[in-house]
Amino acid sequence: MSEFALQAGGVSRFRPMSRQEALGRLRLGDLVFRGLTRAAALAVLGVLGAVIIALMVGAWPALREFGFGFLIDETWNPVTERFGAIAPIYGTLVTSLIAMVIAVPVGLMIAMFLTELCPMWLRRPIGIAIELLAGIPSIIYGIWGLFVLAPFLQQTLQPALIALFGPVPLLNTVFAGPPYGIGVLTAGLILAIMVLPFITSIARDVFEAVPPVLKEAAYGLGCTTWEVVRYVVLPYARVGVIGGVMLGLGRALGETMAVTFVIGNAHRISGSILAPGTTISATIANEFTEAVGDLYTSALIALGLILFVITLIVLSIARYLLLQLERRAGV
Amino acid sequence: MDSRYAARRRRNTIAMGLSIAATFVGLSVLVLVLMALLWHGVGGLSLAVFTEMTPPPGSAGGLLNPLFGSLALTVLAIAIGTPLGVLAGTYLAEYGRYGRLAAVVRFINDILLSAPSIVIGLFIYEVVVAPMGHFSGFAGALALAVIVIPVVLRTTEDMLRMVPDALREAAASIGLPRALMIRRIAYRAARAGMVTGVLLAIARITGETAPLLFTALNNQFWSTNLNAPIASLPVVIFQFALSPYADWQRLAWTGALLITVTVLALSIIARSLVNPGKSQ
Repeated sequence: MSEFALQAGGVSRFRPMSRQEALGRLRLGDLVFRGLTRAAALAVLGVLGAVIIALMVGAWPALREFGFGFLIDETWNPVTERFGAIAPIYGTLVTSLIAMVIAVPVGLMIAMFLTELCPMWLRRPIGIAIELLAGIPSIIYGIWGLFVLAPFLQQTLQPALIALFGPVPLLNTVFAGPPYGIGVLTAGLILAIMVLPFITSIARDVFEAVPPVLKEAAYGLGCTTWEVVRYVVLPYARVGVIGGVMLGLGRALGETMAVTFVIGNAHRISGSILAPGTTISATIANEFTEAVGDLYTSALIALGLILFVITLIVLSIARYLLLQLERRAGV
Repeated sequence: MDSRYAARRRRNTIAMGLSIAATFVGLSVLVLVLMALLWHGVGGLSLAVFTEMTPPPGSAGGLLNPLFGSLALTVLAIAIGTPLGVLAGTYLAEYGRYGRLAAVVRFINDILLSAPSIVIGLFIYEVVVAPMGHFSGFAGALALAVIVIPVVLRTTEDMLRMVPDALREAAASIGLPRALMIRRIAYRAARAGMVTGVLLAIARITGETAPLLFTALNNQFWSTNLNAPIASLPVVIFQFALSPYADWQRLAWTGALLITVTVLALSIIARSLVNPGKSQ
């Protein structure tokens, strides 16, 4: 029987060998394969380490030149070689914030629809359609945002916002005109569309993981669907929902092409979300190939390092929370 | 008592209405994007798109060189990234399933999966382009390979873990060494799922632009030299869409349509491979 196994293993196909020799070969093959897979697994760790080290080395000249001031300086002047990161950092945070403010409630509402309201036969098609949204590459959202969404916003939503909030103090600086079409708000909207599928599908999965007994008990008490979701499902699924939101946030912070198309690339901090701005990733995408001089390149790499550190922290929190959830489910 | 009940009912109706509206909005965005792509992109579709080079502004042309470039970069990236991803996934699922190393790699891999792709581009620029002194197709393919690895690793591990342990025990009981058991039995049982991982990885890198901007750069002309800058579809779309020339913009829309159709087709095929005929 074991002779047959050895034959099938293809080891003794070429010449007869002793049992001892054959077993030795098999053991060696096993060790080699094990070593190979282990090396590949370590290589994944190596990639992350190499990314961090390469970015640090590349960013070093700029960080040495500008020191901590790099983080809080608003100047971005390639001619005089003075660079500060606060405008792109601000743009990254504000666009992501707008995206989350829109995408989180909408995503949770869709997840509620899919788990509580939707007829069974519609669940799968709608779920797949939402996930297809996640598959569309960001450059497609960019070209759509530039040629379709931005002109539309310029003619409809933005004038309306300016007119609506014009007389209101404080809000009239947030929505100060003119309506360019492109700008921080448009970038935030595009980002909202892009992170929506991630939030929706994770929220749907954790909503579905709520034990039916809990929901049935609440329904049995006479709760409405909304009350069941609000007071039973959401508290139970809280950790997973936060994990999903953080995952979406990680995506929004690092998103490049879609934002580059519609943000307008202006290196300044404006109080108005209708004004053009820039983000870390858009700055790098726009300027890196045209950057002359080591300091300019280094400043852009330093921006990349900041972005990587921010997303690393956000994604780590997200994964940690989702991991906790898996442990609790006893996988 | 009665009015309180009515208020609860009303609140419920509002919430349900909002959730239907949210779903409607989500779906209509998908429809709007696809409609815009068809509207602007189909008109430009012709044989010339697949047979002619990218034109200078103001004259007719096609997308042959970026199409070829994208294909070459994708093939190379998959060829580099897939073996690494599969091997590492195998380690996580088979050898080190409950080990500490596997837990760490799993965590890091999940982070790499959503890491900003533009940072990957910067990384490859630092370690490949800068030392070599010039942009190249190889650098672009390497950047894409770094994006391929986590996708393939994740699906490989998930699919191998779905292989019942009874199969592994049966193989062990007839004296099959572990390496052979994995290659002959576990891989065979998980094959469809692993192919899915590769398809998803292709779909992921088909539209990737950011990591190519300063690795593979771009090329106006026909070039098959991977040691030199090479055109790719996403980068050409980026350049053409932001240009002021109407015929360049039209080509950008056509390219965008081609990419979207490819990506959607790949993800639908991948989906049907994993659970054929599964319906709920």
